[in-house]
Amino acid sequence: MIIPSKQAFPALAAAAGMVLFAACAPVTERQAVTVRGSDTMVQLVQRWAEIYMNQHPDALLQVTGGGSGTGIAALINGSTDIAQASRAMRDEEKEQAREQRGAEVTEIPVALDALAVYLNEANPVETLSIAQIDRIFRAEITNWSEVGGPDAGIVLYGRENSSGTYVYFKEAVMDDADFPAGYQALPGTAAVINAVNNDPNGVGYGGIGYATGIKTVSIRPAEGDAPVEPSEENVLTNAYPLSRNLFFYTVGEPEGLVGDFIDWTLGPDGQAIVSEVGYYPLR
Amino acid sequence: MPSPDPPRSGSGAPPRTGAGWRRRLDTLAERAIFAVSLAAISIIFLIFVYVAREAWPLIAGAVEETSLGAMFAGPLDWQPVSADPRFSVIPLLVGTLKVTLVAMAVGTPVALAAALYTAEFGPARLREWIKPVVELLAGIPSVVVGFFALIVLASWIQDTLGLTFRLNAFTAGIGLSLAIIPIIYTVAEDALSSVPRTYKEASLALGASRVQTAVRVVVPAASPGIGAALILGFGRAVGETMIVLMVSGNAAVLSIDPFTGARTMSATIAAELGEVIFGGDHYRVLFFLGVLLFIITSGLNWIGDRVNANLRRRLFGTA
Repeated sequence: MIIPSKQAFPALAAAAGMVLFAACAPVTERQAVTVRGSDTMVQLVQRWAEIYMNQHPDALLQVTGGGSGTGIAALINGSTDIAQASRAMRDEEKEQAREQRGAEVTEIPVALDALAVYLNEANPVETLSIAQIDRIFRAEITNWSEVGGPDAGIVLYGRENSSGTYVYFKEAVMDDADFPAGYQALPGTAAVINAVNNDPNGVGYGGIGYATGIKTVSIRPAEGDAPVEPSEENVLTNAYPLSRNLFFYTVGEPEGLVGDFIDWTLGPDGQAIVSEVGYYPLR
Repeated sequence: MPSPDPPRSGSGAPPRTGAGWRRRLDTLAERAIFAVSLAAISIIFLIFVYVAREAWPLIAGAVEETSLGAMFAGPLDWQPVSADPRFSVIPLLVGTLKVTLVAMAVGTPVALAAALYTAEFGPARLREWIKPVVELLAGIPSVVVGFFALIVLASWIQDTLGLTFRLNAFTAGIGLSLAIIPIIYTVAEDALSSVPRTYKEASLALGASRVQTAVRVVVPAASPGIGAALILGFGRAVGETMIVLMVSGNAAVLSIDPFTGARTMSATIAAELGEVIFGGDHYRVLFFLGVLLFIITSGLNWIGDRVNANLRRRLFGTA
């Protein structure tokens, strides 16, 4: 058993006190706002928070991921100020928020995203139609030769079911059908990119902001249409079929620091960062 | 409990107190330790009660979308986020067993061979080195092992074996074996080296070689301890989360082929619990998986401990 000597004890207590003081002081003086949700948006919102905090030294923004569902659940039970979501909140979720928090949810689109379909560089397939992507992810097309590729089995990668991107893809592409049993669910878009980069026969999906160093497919909205790239222009004109909004949600009208931060993200400074991170600014 | 700080000779400082003070301090320390261990036990018990309470409506049949029967029979699908949710634990049980058995098949021979070598053949000085180093392996955070398996092992195994799926139960099992080898090794090594020397001396005196002695005398005498080591390793493998979450592909396939993906119970809880609606059906189902995991792992640990205690009783006559 270690009994600190009489001389050491006050010194230890003083040191502990200093540590405590240092840890508490900024938190009590600065206003803290938490933002939680979509992993797709976490890069973007962290960058926003960083620059906003540089410009407003008294503000403290804490940004975490976990998936859109996680953020929405946190907004409903009151453990976050802002939920970031890569899918729209469902009506029953808005209803729950109203019941539990006693106010309407405010939906604020903050950026545009193209949901990209990723392929390995070695895969010769360049374009796919929405119907083909649908059938691939339902495991009705199981070989790349059926869509103009080599004779090799298709390996499906995607996100876990807590992800807004998962839900968006399931609804927008697959008409809410279930993914097949062999679908490999990975934690985070970065893991999907890593998996597809390492698997010549892999196909995955995720936000355009992550799509550096990986091949993205041009998509034909219908079978006879010309293929459309997931470019900024095509997302702005809505020509790219998997264009979507990225949202902030708050309970009630955003006020105070929350409101100021959201206004700032929608202004020129905030929207410039959107392009920097790889997503597309609102019109 | 050994008495704390025995009087140091020649330290110059005069003794502060008498023997009575020291005895009181001893009693106090003993009681404090008792209270702490009691707290640890009750915390584990309360965690189980909490997990079971959250799962209770499902066990009692009071949730809408599924039932205990449907989770074991029903359509054998795991589709919790669906227009028609299906919560079958069978693919998850199959996935968990698949990964665990691969880990055991890879880890057991390595761990047991290493334990036999350090206990019976290696020089004593080597043992003093190897044992702490292998035990250090148990301290590597599983996320680090998972990352290594994901980036390095997965590509290497896929290329070497020509596999369709880069992330699969086999690769996850190899990664997992790194986590269970230290446990199996330590417990088995303790069992082997606690076999009384008289057993070995008798065997060698009768003309048996060292190998014969090790295999025919020491291993059988220590076999309950080796069994306990395997059970504890199995329990750890069933509960391990991070490595399988990262490497197994998390596909809820109903297949015993180790080269396909696997979704384990622990990884399912980790991946899905953050999203579920508090108190909803999916939430109850995940807590029920928690109850199952708790029962499986603590049951295995309990059996392992019992078996080990029996061994000690047999070898030394005390528990």
